[in-house]
Amino acid sequence: MTAVEDRTGTPAPEKEIGKARRRKEDARLITGRTTWTDNTVLPGMLHLAVVRSPVAHARITNVDVSAAREAPGVVAVYTGQDFAEEQGSLPCAWPVTPDMVNPGHPSIAVDQVNHVGEAVAIIVARSKTAAQDAVELTDIDYELLPVVLDMEQAVQDGADLVHDQLESNTSYHFVFDAGEMGTGGDTEQAFSGADVVVSRRFVQQRLIPAFMEPRSVVVQPQGDNYTMWSSTQVPHILRVMAAMVTGIPEHKLRVIAPDVGGGFGGKLQVNPEEILCLLIARRLGKPVKWTETRSESLMTAHHGRDQVQFVDIAADREGHVKGLRVRLLADMGAYLRLITPGVPALGAFMYPGIYKFPAYRFECDGVFTNKVPTDAYRGAGRPEATFAIERIMDELAVELGMDPMELRRKNWIDAAEFPFTTVAGLAYDSGDYETATQQALELLGYDELRAEQQQRRESNDPVQLGIGISTFTEMCGLAPSRVLGSLSFGAGGWESASIRMLPTGKVEVVTGSTPHGQGHETAWSQLVADSLGVPFEDVEVLHGDTAISPRGLDTYGSRSLVVGGSAVVKAADKVIAKARKIAAHLLEASEDDLDFSGGTFSVRGTPGAGISIQEIALAIFAAHDYPEGIEPSIDAEATFDPENFSFPHGTHLCAMEVDTDTGFVKIRKYACVDDIGTIVNPLIVEGQIHGGLAQGIAQALYEEAIYDADGNLTTGTFVDYLVPSAADLPHFDTGNTVHTAPGNPIGAKGVGEAGCIASTPAVVNAALDAVRHLGVSDIRMPLTPERVWRAIHQGGDGGDRAAAGSNAYGGAQTETTAGVSTDASSLGGDR
Amino acid sequence: MIPAPFAYARPTTVDEALQALAAGGEDVKVMAGGQSLIPVMRLRLAAPETVVDLSKVEGLRGVRDDGDAIVIGAMTTHSDVLSDPLIAEHAPLIAEATGTVADRQVRHRGTFGGALVHADPAGDLPAVALALDAEFVVVGPSGQRTVPASEFFVDYLTTAVGEGELLVEVRVPKLAGEWGMRYEKFNRVAQAWSIVAVAAVVRRENGRIAEARIGLTNMGPTPLRARAVEEALAGAEATPDAVGAAAARAAEGTEPSSDLNAQADYRQHLATVLTRRAVSAAAGL
Repeated sequence: MTAVEDRTGTPAPEKEIGKARRRKEDARLITGRTTWTDNTVLPGMLHLAVVRSPVAHARITNVDVSAAREAPGVVAVYTGQDFAEEQGSLPCAWPVTPDMVNPGHPSIAVDQVNHVGEAVAIIVARSKTAAQDAVELTDIDYELLPVVLDMEQAVQDGADLVHDQLESNTSYHFVFDAGEMGTGGDTEQAFSGADVVVSRRFVQQRLIPAFMEPRSVVVQPQGDNYTMWSSTQVPHILRVMAAMVTGIPEHKLRVIAPDVGGGFGGKLQVNPEEILCLLIARRLGKPVKWTETRSESLMTAHHGRDQVQFVDIAADREGHVKGLRVRLLADMGAYLRLITPGVPALGAFMYPGIYKFPAYRFECDGVFTNKVPTDAYRGAGRPEATFAIERIMDELAVELGMDPMELRRKNWIDAAEFPFTTVAGLAYDSGDYETATQQALELLGYDELRAEQQQRRESNDPVQLGIGISTFTEMCGLAPSRVLGSLSFGAGGWESASIRMLPTGKVEVVTGSTPHGQGHETAWSQLVADSLGVPFEDVEVLHGDTAISPRGLDTYGSRSLVVGGSAVVKAADKVIAKARKIAAHLLEASEDDLDFSGGTFSVRGTPGAGISIQEIALAIFAAHDYPEGIEPSIDAEATFDPENFSFPHGTHLCAMEVDTDTGFVKIRKYACVDDIGTIVNPLIVEGQIHGGLAQGIAQALYEEAIYDADGNLTTGTFVDYLVPSAADLPHFDTGNTVHTAPGNPIGAKGVGEAGCIASTPAVVNAALDAVRHLGVSDIRMPLTPERVWRAIHQGGDGGDRAAAGSNAYGGAQTETTAGVSTDASSLGGDR
Repeated sequence: MIPAPFAYARPTTVDEALQALAAGGEDVKVMAGGQSLIPVMRLRLAAPETVVDLSKVEGLRGVRDDGDAIVIGAMTTHSDVLSDPLIAEHAPLIAEATGTVADRQVRHRGTFGGALVHADPAGDLPAVALALDAEFVVVGPSGQRTVPASEFFVDYLTTAVGEGELLVEVRVPKLAGEWGMRYEKFNRVAQAWSIVAVAAVVRRENGRIAEARIGLTNMGPTPLRARAVEEALAGAEATPDAVGAAAARAAEGTEPSSDLNAQADYRQHLATVLTRRAVSAAAGL
């Protein structure tokens, strides 16, 4: 028994922070007994279906929708011409350079299409079925234009143009030079004097966020007010942007994100269909709904990654790094969406990783192609940077004949050096790379696996073993508003919260950080339970409706707990401060003599005299007896804007078996130790790490969006866009070290993206480590068995994959090559 | 997505089913478990005029012993196949391959006969049926006929089942002697179709391989028998070297497709590796 318990006579409540609470939202999310946008049914609601371009680049020469207009159940059919005057441009909020070229992004194409799947007409009908049936009755003529797909060709002089009104396919040229910024030395000098320079070209393939719940939008007009429900990560940002695009005054537009089934950055967007729903609801004065199919989602929701990285590293013979130079080509796709140009630019600051580079230069060209735009995808810029630095460190180790961990150790920031300002100008907050690494090596069983690797090499085993390392850090907790401003980002990064104390002592927490599956309701309840000393079950978390939670900047960039959770804690502090005055009044004591613990104010030195904060809530609701000169309320709100990012770090280790006969790679063991600062809920953290690892491993081994030579998305279904399941992934051995983040009251650093950022290079490094003695120095992601086999037996990096879709399924291929609807196939019939 | 409009018939007897097929118009599709048909209809890659659903037809589901063969009803689900004692005893290869088909949910709906008549070149069961010398019992307006496996798979997604006909059951001969079987499937994730797979059925006699039947999955528009390997194995010593040498001929005469999972030359290479592994396992090496 502690002294405190002795004094009060009741056991102190268990701390909620650190408890592996099961998520309170899961029962309804998993059983589907909740409101998803597509569940929403309104009286008189009409349904939309989008007619999409089947070609990647063309002028629209004729649009005939007359047959569709006559179809049963069809109320209206709109083309780009119908909205040409009022649709404006979808917003791009991140002009990374002052002279960035933005061609504008219509929600519906008017006279030119620039990627397959772009909207060209909209059917509005009384049922979803009627709308879909009428899509096939539209007749649109296209005059084909040359298709621009390859970035390296697109930036050549005289290349075909995506937007022929522009001078080139380059949107911007962004440079960060440490020498010029005063955060490092001269890069050219560093390279010219170096003993060793290693240069590599890495390809970050295009990925599809592939969130579980497809996008869905409902808009209800009521007089001059509009309510939009959307499966979005960012209802607050969407409201501001949609108001600006459509001219609907912001105070006349309410945006609601009900429960949202995942996003991974894919729903950090202002989508064409969201704007189109608003425009059509305004024109018809009727509620409308659009819900995408999975095919539409893969084809038209924004993609991620898609960069070519040219990386040079300079070092001396002893393995001290001297300089880093990065040149990127970043595929924007056909248009700039919300933060398209900013994703590679955000990564610029992470290429130096955890290492003490004296010199660094980063350049990036944003390039237009005839593909769907890229934008945020879990990690957004930082996975690409981490991959590049962790891959090139291995290459440098090979060049120097040095153990890759030894090379890292020689160059990383020592625990005693924190806070440490890097060559990219970031002030890393806290951490200890050595301790995390030691723990990870033990979790993996590093020495035994190295011994087995040696045995397999000596016996020339057809299955070779490799170990890959990724010692990573990332910048997250996307906030500092001033810093985001200095990066030309269009918004701040603060977060807002308010706490409402209800008469019965229950607590409503309003958060501006809108969840889409992360478990905010559980974690915020734990924070508030500890702060206010109320039961976990007595806390309800409200979110996602701009009328309920008017201020917020939503969920992305591993920011929710770090920024949004901190706002909740700050609001709770204000509630306690306000309650303290009431308590002092009711207990007839001085505020200074009050202790607040376990939810109760007690008077120091007066055992038994106390009042709980829940009792105060009732007292102030009645408001019969409260001090003069204050308002009768203990509700409070707070806005939190940290002064720095937070910097989770960790060591990820992957042991990989490579079957040299077939090229099949199999993860034998995966161990990681992450430092994400204070852990509020270990179960949620474990889930985030597992999910992140799955997505990072998926980039390394499985996922790739492939376009054919005409710009059709070959990987248009989950038959060809390969998302791994639990059956394909190994057991994960995870651990944590805890160095609290100094920049927020919780001490949390953010965990949402860590696994995804760290794992990809560990996996690729492991595969290369297994076969490097066979002459392999690179294999392109994803490491398909075919690529691995070719790299081993034919040299090179495994090369391009065939662009044709799988022959399985009898129909998953593009329509032109599918066998199902042919005469021959109809003979078989039985399926 | 939503399929195009179609007429729907749900007969309860084979005769009713044949009538529904005859009356169903130009483009009539038979639906067994629907695990391939419904997705392509939802993608509007297939838009049949009529769908004839066999799920309520009596007598098409289950496995029986018919003396020298076991007989598997066309509507027997994959899940039934996996737990059937007759299949486990006489044709464990079928169960082994069926266990690799898609996922548990699909195996509860998808059917043995439906998968065979669909004749997806990447499907697992056609090559198995070929290796086991199965016979297909087909009924139509003019009565019943039996088609050997070697004549059943005609082309990409095309079988010997004609318009207006139905596959009702598949006869799998019981094997006499010391037989071993193995299905070696190569794919990238657990629930995916085969990139290449090999079904091996091997009879050993006195330390030699007396007979081998090798079915290849996804090495062309139809499943194939690897005849060159079979010939090389007939009478060969049951040693890794002999098996390896024979397996090296697995790709002879094949014309596999190139797609994002594998280009043709890599598929041909895989066929040799998987054949070696499958035969070795079936021969108990």
